[in-house]
Amino acid sequence: MGNPMRIRAAEKDGVTEVKVLMNHEMETGQRKDSSGNLIPAHFISELTAKHGDKVVLQAEFGPSVSKNPFLSFKFKGGAKGDKVVVSWIDNKGDTRSDEATIG
Amino acid sequence: MDQSRRNTLKASGGLSLFSLLVAAGMVKPGVAEAAWNKAAFDAKKMDAALAALGAGSPAESAEVQLTAPDIAENGAVVPVGVVSNLPNTEEVAILVEKNPNMLAARFMLPAGTEAAVQTRIKMGQTSDVYAVVKAGGKFYMAKKEIKVTLGGCGG
Repeated sequence: MGNPMRIRAAEKDGVTEVKVLMNHEMETGQRKDSSGNLIPAHFISELTAKHGDKVVLQAEFGPSVSKNPFLSFKFKGGAKGDKVVVSWIDNKGDTRSDEATIG
Repeated sequence: MDQSRRNTLKASGGLSLFSLLVAAGMVKPGVAEAAWNKAAFDAKKMDAALAALGAGSPAESAEVQLTAPDIAENGAVVPVGVVSNLPNTEEVAILVEKNPNMLAARFMLPAGTEAAVQTRIKMGQTSDVYAVVKAGGKFYMAKKEIKVTLGGCGG
């Protein structure tokens, strides 16, 4: 189980803006540790955001997304009080899902 | 639309291909995922990355806006935003020409989601950054050079 995400969702004029801050190392697989061994890649590879049952964003990340990835997007149709759920899976199969209430 | 049925079909389709690859010894179990576009993320040349995305050679378009700093002091965290004013924008990809792997991130936007995404990427050195957008089945792009004073991919 990964570390918790911070999610903010705010509705204005029918458009909901979602900001997500994930907590993940996003290791590239290019770096070496102090003894010269390659550190294996470890990064979030897929992310899905849902408003109710509807998928509002799908994303695929490579290792060149920054550590503790930030993501922001906007969708129509959200109302205050609705839930937005964001889930990710990383290249080692670890997953995390968090939700936020649209404010 | 019967979303759950579609997902099931997609999952089973992906799974069978995956198990075939595992059987053939091409993919180690637990490393690959069915849906992740491995070919595109593994591509080390711009042409190959674009081909794996199905983009070919996208036309440069003023309707695609790439928002990023001119100079990034820290290559480990470069804020990048893409806005597309093209109707029916369904996909956005961010590529960095001089990174070891070009493709940084790819976003699939269902109807109702605005073509405006922001994220943060790593850059090893000063490079052109490309925003490639798929709208109405065609690909368009915008690019911008970002100067990096401190690389974000080294050890």
